[in-house]
Amino acid sequence: MKFDIEMLLKNDVRIVVSTFVGISFLFIIVAMILGLDFNGTVNTIQRIMFLSAVYAMVVLALNLQWGYAGIFNIGVAGFMLSGVYTMAIITGDPNGLIPGLGLPLPIGIVGGVLVSGLLGLLISIPTLKLKADYLAIVTIGFAEIIRYTANALTFKTFSIAGVEMGTGAGRGIHLPMNPIRGLYYIDPSNMGLGKTIVGEYIFGFFEIVQVQSSVVVSWTYAIVLIFIVGLFYVVTYRIGNSPFGRVLKAIREDELVANALGKNTDIYKMKVFAIGCGLMGLAGILWQGSYGYTNPTTFQPILTFYIFIALIIGGSGSNTGSVIGGVVFASLLFEGPNFVRRVIMHVFKFDKAPNSIIEAMIPISSLDFEPFISYSLANISSLRVVFLGLVLVYIIQNRPDGLLGDRKELAASIDISRRPVTETREGKEA
Amino acid sequence: MCAYSIGMIRYYNILREKVQKDRGTAIVFLSIVILLLDLVFRLIIGKNESQVVATYLWDGLVVGLAIGLAGVGLSLTYSILKFANFAHGDMITAGGFSGWVAVFAVAGVGKFDMKNLLLVGAGKPINVTELGISVSTTPVIILFGLVAAIVGTILLTLFIDRFVFRPMRHHNDGITLLIASIGIALALRYGLAFVFKTQNRGLTAASLTASYSVPVGTGSVQIDLGEITLVLVAIALMVSVHVFLQYSTLGKAMRAMADNRDLALITGIPTEKVVRATWIIGGALTGAAGFLITLERGTISFQFGWILLLFIFAAVIIGGIGSVYGAIAGGLVIGLTSTISLIWIPADLANVAVFSVMILVLLYKPEGLFKGVTTA
Amino acid sequence: MSSSKVKRKLSGRKKSAKKYPLKVEKIGKKFGGISAVNNVSFSVEKGSITGLIGPNGAGKSTTFDLITGVTSSDTGVVKFNGEDITRKRPYQIANIGLVRTFQITRELKEMTVMENVMLAPKNQMGEQLSNVLLSKGRKRVESQEEEMLEKAWETLDIFHLDKLANEYAGNLSGGQRKLLEMARVMMMDPSMILLDEPMAGVNPTLKNQIITLIKKLSKKGYTFLLVEHDMDVVMNHCNPIIVMHNGGVILEGTPSEISTNERVIDAYLGGSE
Ligand SMILES: Nc1ncnc2c1ncn2[C@@H]1O[C@H](COP(=O)(O)OP(=O)(O)O)[C@@H](O)[C@H]1O
Ligand SMILES: [Mg+2]
Repeated sequence: MKFDIEMLLKNDVRIVVSTFVGISFLFIIVAMILGLDFNGTVNTIQRIMFLSAVYAMVVLALNLQWGYAGIFNIGVAGFMLSGVYTMAIITGDPNGLIPGLGLPLPIGIVGGVLVSGLLGLLISIPTLKLKADYLAIVTIGFAEIIRYTANALTFKTFSIAGVEMGTGAGRGIHLPMNPIRGLYYIDPSNMGLGKTIVGEYIFGFFEIVQVQSSVVVSWTYAIVLIFIVGLFYVVTYRIGNSPFGRVLKAIREDELVANALGKNTDIYKMKVFAIGCGLMGLAGILWQGSYGYTNPTTFQPILTFYIFIALIIGGSGSNTGSVIGGVVFASLLFEGPNFVRRVIMHVFKFDKAPNSIIEAMIPISSLDFEPFISYSLANISSLRVVFLGLVLVYIIQNRPDGLLGDRKELAASIDISRRPVTETREGKEA
Repeated sequence: MCAYSIGMIRYYNILREKVQKDRGTAIVFLSIVILLLDLVFRLIIGKNESQVVATYLWDGLVVGLAIGLAGVGLSLTYSILKFANFAHGDMITAGGFSGWVAVFAVAGVGKFDMKNLLLVGAGKPINVTELGISVSTTPVIILFGLVAAIVGTILLTLFIDRFVFRPMRHHNDGITLLIASIGIALALRYGLAFVFKTQNRGLTAASLTASYSVPVGTGSVQIDLGEITLVLVAIALMVSVHVFLQYSTLGKAMRAMADNRDLALITGIPTEKVVRATWIIGGALTGAAGFLITLERGTISFQFGWILLLFIFAAVIIGGIGSVYGAIAGGLVIGLTSTISLIWIPADLANVAVFSVMILVLLYKPEGLFKGVTTA
Repeated sequence: MSSSKVKRKLSGRKKSAKKYPLKVEKIGKKFGGISAVNNVSFSVEKGSITGLIGPNGAGKSTTFDLITGVTSSDTGVVKFNGEDITRKRPYQIANIGLVRTFQITRELKEMTVMENVMLAPKNQMGEQLSNVLLSKGRKRVESQEEEMLEKAWETLDIFHLDKLANEYAGNLSGGQRKLLEMARVMMMDPSMILLDEPMAGVNPTLKNQIITLIKKLSKKGYTFLLVEHDMDVVMNHCNPIIVMHNGGVILEGTPSEISTNERVIDAYLGGSE
């Protein structure tokens, strides 16, 4: 019985690992076609892995709310923003242009997660009785309030009880140095001061295969993130595969029944709001934290929709599906089109794209597709979103369970699909 | 005199009962009264306040009617098809573009490259002063654009309904349809970006548009013809929709379906026909809104409808979903909140104020502020 | 005050909470001006199988909703084991041992039959996040779940659902859904069970088995309030029987009193409107 769960888990781990490997392989081929050197290839894979890991995390968090409890929160971007900004304000230099509290990074991260979690809790309480579509509008409105507040000149700098701090308004805000650099450099903010012993060895090793030290640093961070995805998975798996998760599923199916069966559904919803939003805040921190800088524009509602598309592709209600959905979305749907463009441009070497779509389409009448293709490639960033939208419509119409959602992931800490072997049926029926 | 005071007492009692039953409204009411008193106070002591307030009122009215007009279509589909259409904002954008394609093509024929005119200047920026479109100088072309916007948007909504929503008619939870509408929103918005490019561009020649100065107190308020057109056409359209819903057979069937879909099905109302009528009327108003809003602003971008969407939702919710006058009233609340609130808060927090009002209404008065006052 | 009212009041006082765990006093509910339940009072004796009958629309299901907190009543008081539960939430009422099934079944469709059943037990350690997340607590959660699982299989056996344990509840037939509803509440260790037409759509053999089960449980001290349309079942196995009509109780008595009463016959035959 124990054995079965481990089997299932192994099976799932295999699915996830083979997805990661398969996608890496695909991008290695792409890099080869593009004629990238080893350093470029390694860097490409790193970028894909990084984004995949970020999406996997936030999709897992959303799955807890929507996949399990059926809570239609479309304010994800806002809760990510609140995490990142809180972290930035807590850790910011008190004497900087946009002053912060100057506290250490771990406090900033914990603070960011707590603030996002508390905001989630705050919005959950008055919305407990709301219909799903109203909840959607409240959450997206709330997220926009958060974003407009971060964007408002009024709060560029402000002071609470005499302590100066600020959001930086539309110009954005600086984030602390990625601590990963501390592993390699004596002074993370000043490479000139030399490398640590680890830095000497690892950079030295990768120099042999001609991988730049900056790529090594980013790869290290990507690996850390993949590891954290594992932690997210363990947390959400434990929550989902338990009596707690069972109540969440029951709330999704029919809240009144869960209540009539003795479960205080309000409390469950509040908890899952708080935890999910806290995890979204953490995912936001880990994502933006690597860029050293963030701004409100990053957290527009479309980000939330991307995350929903990823979840729906993977199969809402399934943790493994969430990870797969995050990876597939980030690598194939989000980054993929750019690579398609690069590959086609590289192989066919088109002329400059025409200025407008009509000029691009006129030659089609003489069966010359090149201008249209090159126009499409030049505008691939728009075309990509069109494609994402159509994918969403297609899936919701034809495969609402997603890639893995039709599997039964039973909400229990033990295998409840099979009868314990200790009991003999014959004995009972006799 | 005596009858009057009895009436007052009765009125007072009714009011008291209502307040006891409905704390939410009471609090809203009270806050509005306090703010109004403060406003009056400011008007009395301030010098330029009356001009500022009058400008805010006029701007709020224009923005509010635009949002209200844009909201009627959303309100209709929300109440009859039972889902929040997140593609509505981008349908407005599509309406705007289809109107301006027609206007540019007619106004610029012979003077400019037709390929570029049909893309509203996507290939190469068009000098709008040279093109010379304005309500004052080319009213017929503008009217033609309005018709084109309406027709274009109707065709678009029917197309979307046929391929996206009709196959999903059996879903009776609004969320599945809502998610599909998010997909359409993305595809539509970036489809428009693909065709018309992403830059913001001018449409009308501001110098040609007649503008009037209305004296208020010591100063004056500027009112231009674009704004007046929006206000008049919006009111005319909304009144006609109201008349249609109230008195025509089809309109009555639509209201019946909004009230109780199952009952409407049983009583033999041709639901597919009603659904199509809903999209046609909704689409027409949406297209008109898209065109009039861009006409008033004088510019268009591929995102403008989407950016408006949450404000439109706010208006529809505040007014009570399914009510035409509610959408107008809600739009006016939103429009006036976004301008009048500037008296108390900085401009960059006006949106925060609007969305906060929307959330508070959803939480404490989800049936809307004006439900019960008017229907349909 | 009329004498009959006084009498009813006295008799109400005599009924001790120990002997009569459920007491409903003058509850009422209007839906948009229409009285679904009006001034309904009755008590249910411990260990009894009390029948609640009446034509469609009489207000039986609404009475259940009012008792279990699913709908809040406009007037009146509901007491369970002496405790006022009128304004309590459904989960609180369920947790003190008063549970119900729904006439229109409310199975959790995209959960398996086993998940449905395993949801029900009270005080599950695994409903606490700290236990679920930490390895130490998880061990205890697992061992408690193993115990519950054993009981769940036994319960599924009783209701002949064992073969369907891994089926999604949404795929069950109407009769099977009724059985699942009962199986679910049985997992809650209740002391009193309200059953809303539990045997509609259930095949006759199984129906008899369910009746046998109910009788067995009532002998053990479980109390039942049963809404049922099958008059054979009601007349043979319920005592007393409460008759509702147009939102009010028109009679309470033994099966023989009920079957000969003119008003009851009128209510059923005369049409309710
Ligand atoms: N939620 C509700 N809204 C409006 N009317 C209701 C509602 N629930 C029940 N009713 C009405 O209350 C009356 C009693 O219904 P019900 O309690 O279901 O009767 P029974 O279970 O005895 O058949 C019926 O007229 C029914 O239409
Ligand atoms: Mg009933």
